[in-house]
Amino acid sequence: MNQLIIDRLQAQFPSSIRGSEEFRGDLTVTVRTADIVAVAKFLKEDPALAFDMIIDICGVDRLRDTERFEVVYTLYSLAHKQYLRLKVLASEETPVVPSVTAVWPGANWHERETFDMFGIKFSGHPDLRRLYMPEEFEYHPLRKDFPLMGIPDSLPLPRR
Amino acid sequence: MPARTTEESKKSQILAALEDQDTTVTMDDPLENEMVLNMGPQHPATHGVLRLLVRLDGETVTAVVPELGYLHRGYEKIAENSGYHEFIPHTDRLDYLSPLSNNVAYVLAVEKLIGIEVPKRAQFIRVLCCEMARVASHLVATGSMAMDVGALTVLLWTFREREKLLDIYDVLCGARFTTSYARIGGLQQDWTPQCTAMLNQFLEEFKQDLDEVEKLLETNRIFIDRCENVGWISKEDAIGLGLTGPILRAAGVPRDLRRDNPYLVYNEFDFNVITLTESDALARFYVRIAEMKESAKILRQALDRMPEGPVHAQEPKKVLPKKERIYSRMEELIHDFMLINSGINPPVGEIYHGIESSKGELGFTIVSDGTGHPWRMKIRSPSMTNLSALPLMLKGGMISDIVAVIGSIDPVMGEADK
Repeated sequence: MNQLIIDRLQAQFPSSIRGSEEFRGDLTVTVRTADIVAVAKFLKEDPALAFDMIIDICGVDRLRDTERFEVVYTLYSLAHKQYLRLKVLASEETPVVPSVTAVWPGANWHERETFDMFGIKFSGHPDLRRLYMPEEFEYHPLRKDFPLMGIPDSLPLPRR
Repeated sequence: MPARTTEESKKSQILAALEDQDTTVTMDDPLENEMVLNMGPQHPATHGVLRLLVRLDGETVTAVVPELGYLHRGYEKIAENSGYHEFIPHTDRLDYLSPLSNNVAYVLAVEKLIGIEVPKRAQFIRVLCCEMARVASHLVATGSMAMDVGALTVLLWTFREREKLLDIYDVLCGARFTTSYARIGGLQQDWTPQCTAMLNQFLEEFKQDLDEVEKLLETNRIFIDRCENVGWISKEDAIGLGLTGPILRAAGVPRDLRRDNPYLVYNEFDFNVITLTESDALARFYVRIAEMKESAKILRQALDRMPEGPVHAQEPKKVLPKKERIYSRMEELIHDFMLINSGINPPVGEIYHGIESSKGELGFTIVSDGTGHPWRMKIRSPSMTNLSALPLMLKGGMISDIVAVIGSIDPVMGEADK
């Protein structure tokens, strides 16, 4: 099944697939950031793949000089009982990734969480607000340069 | 005949609507306007610290916005800064109604990352843990859902049953609530004959006790009326939103990771995946009741077939040695020292592993850079995803349906907020 996924994607999007790797049976396919919505649509609608569920979206801060952030989509196909990890990269200067909420409505809250924790903006998202942290909080806590102990006075206590 | 004034036609409309019990009609009076109601975060029916902003038209809900984060403790950040073993106690505090299965979910993900498999006996004990946790969690879900719609007795009866399971936890791992029982590559300690006896006793009484609970509710007119056709969601929406667990199965999708992507030794057991198609709060209640019976079946089979043998994998560089051997042998002392100080150092790579927990798919994404700490760990919590269906489920319903729907989703905020 993993080989089939790679073949179908290579045939359909020869220039969008940046690479793929398999580790412990999990297939991870890296896609060009601008093409993520087209690839997502194809993965969902192609009957041989039919990745109709989005399980999770996970941001990763790699702390690299170029393309610092990764966004990993964990997909599931109900028909084939198969997982797939889809990965796109985003730079520190313009951390913008097209939103896949139009393809999978369930991406909504996962993208909000990723925005909250990493400051990655999802263009085209219907309601990109923070999910966990307060609206007025300035930082993105899961970035590697955010200290574990927090930043003093970044969360003002309510006045009596 | 003169044309009827708009006043009169409006009045007759309202009268007709009252007769039809149509709740969508509105009146032109000073009190008629949309109201925004803030429900929670301190509200007993929200099962923790869930906050809902509800827009109301009379008693009809026109829009709902859930607000999360009141119990956000930053567990993903903590995981990045602690070793793989150190994080196990934190998994108890995710879904605090089924800590045993959270422990198992986490260690299975780490074991997949480092590529080891635990012995058969440990896998059977882990299955017992997961199923006991599922029964305990569904008991709370059933009881609190019934309490939310007014049937207090059920809560007391289900908590009485759950108490027996907590007593087994107590004997098994020394804690009733925060178990921290699973270890990477094994278990804290072996299953004991006393646990077998207690679990046998529990299983003998459980069927009858559950039937009593079921009888109390399924002939209860108030319970049925408050749950039937409430919180409906279509099959397509349920799949599109990524809902999992009893909610997805009540919507007619037979997805159960125990059957579809088997982990541990689930493919050796005989059990049914419960699926209903009504997709309302009542269907979710029935799915949970039936799943408890299936779990009891699995528990019985696992108890009968549990093999003898070790419960720790033979991987001294990855698995913590036993305490008494650390104090008496040099090798184990060195391994313990290295494991505590530098961690298990898994290979560089990224994995995702999910299990079917009581609420749905509980998964962990672990990104390893080869050191003793995960570079990134993402918790895929079922409660959070299931809660994202609330706006769809509640829209167009009545304000009193809100508590029934939240009860039927059975969110645990410790998990939803991480």
